[in-house]
Amino acid sequence: MLPLFAAIVAASTAVLIFAGGMVTSTGSGLSVPDWPNTYGWFMFSFPVDKWVGGIFYEHTHRLIASTVGFLILSLAFWLWRAEPRRWVRRLGFIALGAVITQGVLGGITVLWYLPDPISIAHASLAEIVFCLTVTIALVTSSGWKRGYVAGLSDDRLLQKIAIVTTATIYIQILLGATMRHTGAGLAIPDFPWMFGHVIPDHWDSKIAIHFAHRVGALCVTVLILATAGHVLYHHRRRAELRNPSILLLVLLPLQVTLGALTVLSGRQPIINSFHVVTGASVLVTSLVLTMRAHRSRFNEGAAGVRVPRSPRHPEPLTAHAKAGARA
Amino acid sequence: MSSRLSRPRTFLWAGVLVAGVTAAACGGGTTSQQEVPKAVSNPVDPATAGNVTGHVTLDGTPPPNQPIKTASDPNCKAAINTQTFVVGDGGSLANVFVYVKDGLGNRVFPVPTQSVVLGQKDCQYTPHVLGIQVGQTLDMISSDPTLHNVHGGDRDTANREFNFGQGIPGVKNSHVFSTKEVIFPFSCDVHKWMKAYLGIVDNPFYAVTGADGAFSLKGLPPGTYTIEAVHEKAGRQTQTVTIGQKETKDISFAFKV
Repeated sequence: MLPLFAAIVAASTAVLIFAGGMVTSTGSGLSVPDWPNTYGWFMFSFPVDKWVGGIFYEHTHRLIASTVGFLILSLAFWLWRAEPRRWVRRLGFIALGAVITQGVLGGITVLWYLPDPISIAHASLAEIVFCLTVTIALVTSSGWKRGYVAGLSDDRLLQKIAIVTTATIYIQILLGATMRHTGAGLAIPDFPWMFGHVIPDHWDSKIAIHFAHRVGALCVTVLILATAGHVLYHHRRRAELRNPSILLLVLLPLQVTLGALTVLSGRQPIINSFHVVTGASVLVTSLVLTMRAHRSRFNEGAAGVRVPRSPRHPEPLTAHAKAGARA
Repeated sequence: MSSRLSRPRTFLWAGVLVAGVTAAACGGGTTSQQEVPKAVSNPVDPATAGNVTGHVTLDGTPPPNQPIKTASDPNCKAAINTQTFVVGDGGSLANVFVYVKDGLGNRVFPVPTQSVVLGQKDCQYTPHVLGIQVGQTLDMISSDPTLHNVHGGDRDTANREFNFGQGIPGVKNSHVFSTKEVIFPFSCDVHKWMKAYLGIVDNPFYAVTGADGAFSLKGLPPGTYTIEAVHEKAGRQTQTVTIGQKETKDISFAFKV
């Protein structure tokens, strides 16, 4: 039950990110001026018939956030009671701390009229919370506990490139958050060209931020193709690596398309919000792949005490490995 | 043992931290009283005062004001339009803020004790454009049976940004502006179409054009003045005018689209 509940918590976090995207995309962030109350009402007793205009987006975001906060609190408690691995229990408390901090940041950004640094931090921490809930769901899953396929050796190259890819996706999301909250989403109004050129022919700070996000998309594309290509070439029989790689290859063109449509539609709120949540999905998919590539580093006893790694056994030799061995 | 003893202290520090964050979070509150310039008696001699009158027009055909989709709030009036260009006969342009930008020297004018009212009716700000003096009170009143937030200014305005929630018809919030600023914007984040524009000046010589595009700045002391006309979309224009004792000068502004 715990793995299922952890997966539900992770999924609810994705819903929360979409709801947050809708708040920013519809410009509703200040439609409820007070916090934690809503127009003086206790948040949970705010009448439904008053959920009008921008209030609908902001208030439902707060309600979903409260629900996710409660779910993460329950998850942390459950882990504390039932999880034998100390680091996983700590992960639950870290997620709880992160979601509380996230709530406070959300409140502060409303009370201080959406200052860019706070709003960007709020958006960035949302991704961290998502990563934490997904990580908890992953490491409590039966496949992770089983160790997937026993006796496989580490692929150091995959481990490195997966980390770089995940980190780059996160940086790209930070750039996206900065672009959204500084109002630079349409600073370059055309796609795929930029003011009709490959490189913008004029610059200001917003154009630079927008341009950086597009360059970031290019970097992420190359890295995802490299990572997924590596997995599909060398580890196609390892489902725990193959499946997230295929998912990345599905999400990548979807995300690029959503990004293009966000610009071409003049930041249509639903398209824009799907772009945000798909970006978060790309991040956690890459994170799952990275974690699984590093699975052997998490070998440990039930009490949470790390034990030496099992002796390495060579994976069935692939053509690439055979070539390496001959060299 | 020592860890048990330290636990209350930990809670104490946690409490201090939470209180600090709460206090900080509440720091952006809605108190609106700001420093008011010291007023002196009106330095204009009525016996010699003159006037500047005029007319504002728009050349060209502006984009038509669009119907607003108010479906997101059933309490709002169904048929309302944007008010970006309100053009009357002969191209007369309404909602232009006209004021004396320069030429009054170091005269300091008394601040009117009467409030200026920015209303909210049928999910629109009324009036759409208005003026006020630095130090004068602006009352924001909603008469709609729905929720509004009065969001004044933004990160770029010289006057401090504020955001009031108005949940009950008849509720009033007040604000006093500390710095002259033309134009200070208002919006409602509940109803994104709601916009209003306020001209904040340090003298009583301002006007907002009506449907006939006319304006009148009365009671000016003799002198040379820079008159500025500001429209939310058409931009700004200035003119220099000199008036003598008890003289009335007529000027006109012509914006283009």
